[in-house]
Amino acid sequence: MNKFLEISQVGIDFPTPNGPFTALKDVNFTIDEGEFISIIGHSGCGKSTVLNIIAGLYQATYGGVILEGKEVNEPGPDRAVVFQSHALMPWLSVYQNVALGVEQVFKGQKTKPEMKEWVEHNLKLVKMDHAIDKMPHEISGGMKQRVGIARCLAMQPKVMLMDEPFGALDALTRANLQDSVMDIQKELNTTIVLITHDVDEAVLMSDKIVMMSNGPAAKVGEIVEIELERPRERVSLSKSDQFNHHRQQVLSFLYEKKGVVDFGEAKQKKLKPTVSENVANEKVS
Amino acid sequence: MTTQVNNIEVSNFEATMQKLTKAVLSLDAKAVLYPILGIVFFLMLWGATASRIDTSLGKFPGPTQVYEQALVLVDEHNAERTKADAFYERQEKRNAKKLEKNPDAKIKVRKYTGKETFFDQILTSLKTVMFGFIIASAIAIPLGIACGLSDGIYKAMNPLIQIFKPVSPLAWLPLITMVVSAVYVSDDPYFEKSFLNSAFTVALCCLWPTLINTAVGVANVDKDLLNVSRVIKLPALTHVRKIILPASVPMIFTGLRLSLATGWMVLIAAEMLSQNPGLGKFVWDEFQNGSSNSLSRIMVAVVVIGLIGFALDRLILVAQKMVSWDKLAVLR
Repeated sequence: MNKFLEISQVGIDFPTPNGPFTALKDVNFTIDEGEFISIIGHSGCGKSTVLNIIAGLYQATYGGVILEGKEVNEPGPDRAVVFQSHALMPWLSVYQNVALGVEQVFKGQKTKPEMKEWVEHNLKLVKMDHAIDKMPHEISGGMKQRVGIARCLAMQPKVMLMDEPFGALDALTRANLQDSVMDIQKELNTTIVLITHDVDEAVLMSDKIVMMSNGPAAKVGEIVEIELERPRERVSLSKSDQFNHHRQQVLSFLYEKKGVVDFGEAKQKKLKPTVSENVANEKVS
Repeated sequence: MTTQVNNIEVSNFEATMQKLTKAVLSLDAKAVLYPILGIVFFLMLWGATASRIDTSLGKFPGPTQVYEQALVLVDEHNAERTKADAFYERQEKRNAKKLEKNPDAKIKVRKYTGKETFFDQILTSLKTVMFGFIIASAIAIPLGIACGLSDGIYKAMNPLIQIFKPVSPLAWLPLITMVVSAVYVSDDPYFEKSFLNSAFTVALCCLWPTLINTAVGVANVDKDLLNVSRVIKLPALTHVRKIILPASVPMIFTGLRLSLATGWMVLIAAEMLSQNPGLGKFVWDEFQNGSSNSLSRIMVAVVVIGLIGFALDRLILVAQKMVSWDKLAVLR
């Protein structure tokens, strides 16, 4: 049976002065409709590259991405992205930022007042309806990310792709936003792919965690099914044995198995210097 | 309802007045004092050295002589205006009389053809530089956007930009003069040829800063914002209008400011040679005239040229403030 979203034999080469560099190789996993999956791995292992390939922002060199039985290889609103840097247009208000997508995606399907209502509805969903006419520089980082999520939801994507969306936020704001995203996912049954390097976040939020080995030629190491009841509540879960068991699974993969950072290899890659490995390790531990 | 509005307006007004007085009071004395000191020092140095330089047209003018000539130029302007008014009055009377005698009489309305005053020449210069600048911007901004968006177009354009950018306006002028004479043939020309020659020379020379800065600005738009646009699938034109243009406004304006400054500098040279009746011609005519006051009058023009250049720069800055979305940006 065809899965909803299938990542099949995906690999990518980046050209470098010393010949092509293989960042990913033979990446395989599938996602069911309404499923929440996280991709976790050490910094620079290529997890964001996987997301960019699903989004169509990068072209896979090998293999492909199949959404509802059709191969996708260019970006589109059916696979909308929430960026880590929120990526709101600083010259547009909160409302206009969301409307930018809505007006394009629903052109000819919705009337003007319907679009307005839809934008407002989505801002309400992320609890940002109070700041509808504010400019991005007037709201906090967490609020900006809420608007980023609203812009994404408003396009009614088949899959919502989130690229370390909470990475730049402080711990309390992050917890708040995680709860919001879980609530929204429960309400709308959205399919979500979340890139993260935070083990707690992955275990708390996902149905399935895809753990990636280190590059070069990174691939999927293990996939852990998280069998925790929803709705999940962070305080009570922190005492739960099952939660800690899953947490341990991920940690042991990252540190004891294939996920261990080999600094020599990481340096050879000469790819974009992401957050320094040390910082990422602190987050993971 | 209206009284409420009025109240709000009144309180707004009061608030702005309060802010204004506060701003004036809090103005650092140094911020006013030092520039004045600098100017006074310069004037003294100028006065002291000028009297030691003997030229074939007498001593080099000091600040006092230049100030006197500035007043003379104003007087000459007023005198010329009075003459013009008198001329029009006489003409009107004459025509009215003619019509009284014979309502069907053909009356003639002639334009006053006195000589151009210094202020007329300033106006001509301003018109010419703006015309050239607008032509240049109308070409440079779209072309710069194309260069910024497409690496291919940039690579194709870059050698041409690099080759033509350093060319002096004086090298272009003869070519432009010949081309305008050949192409712009009209019995009743709307533009003077000298005006077009100067304006096109200005345009050719002030094209480059805007072109280059726009290209760099467009090429450096935040990658995440471009990705948002790709995910939304904005059509090309909407993409340029809603993402590219607002994002590169600061760089475009930096280019425009450099362009207008270049254009203003080029204009004076172009007017000298093309005999466009502007400030350049004023300087040239005074030089050819060679009276004992000529150097002072040229010096007046030098100061005015500088002041106008400064004003034009501020003008673009004001325009940037109105257009830019980033009202918090410190513009200098």
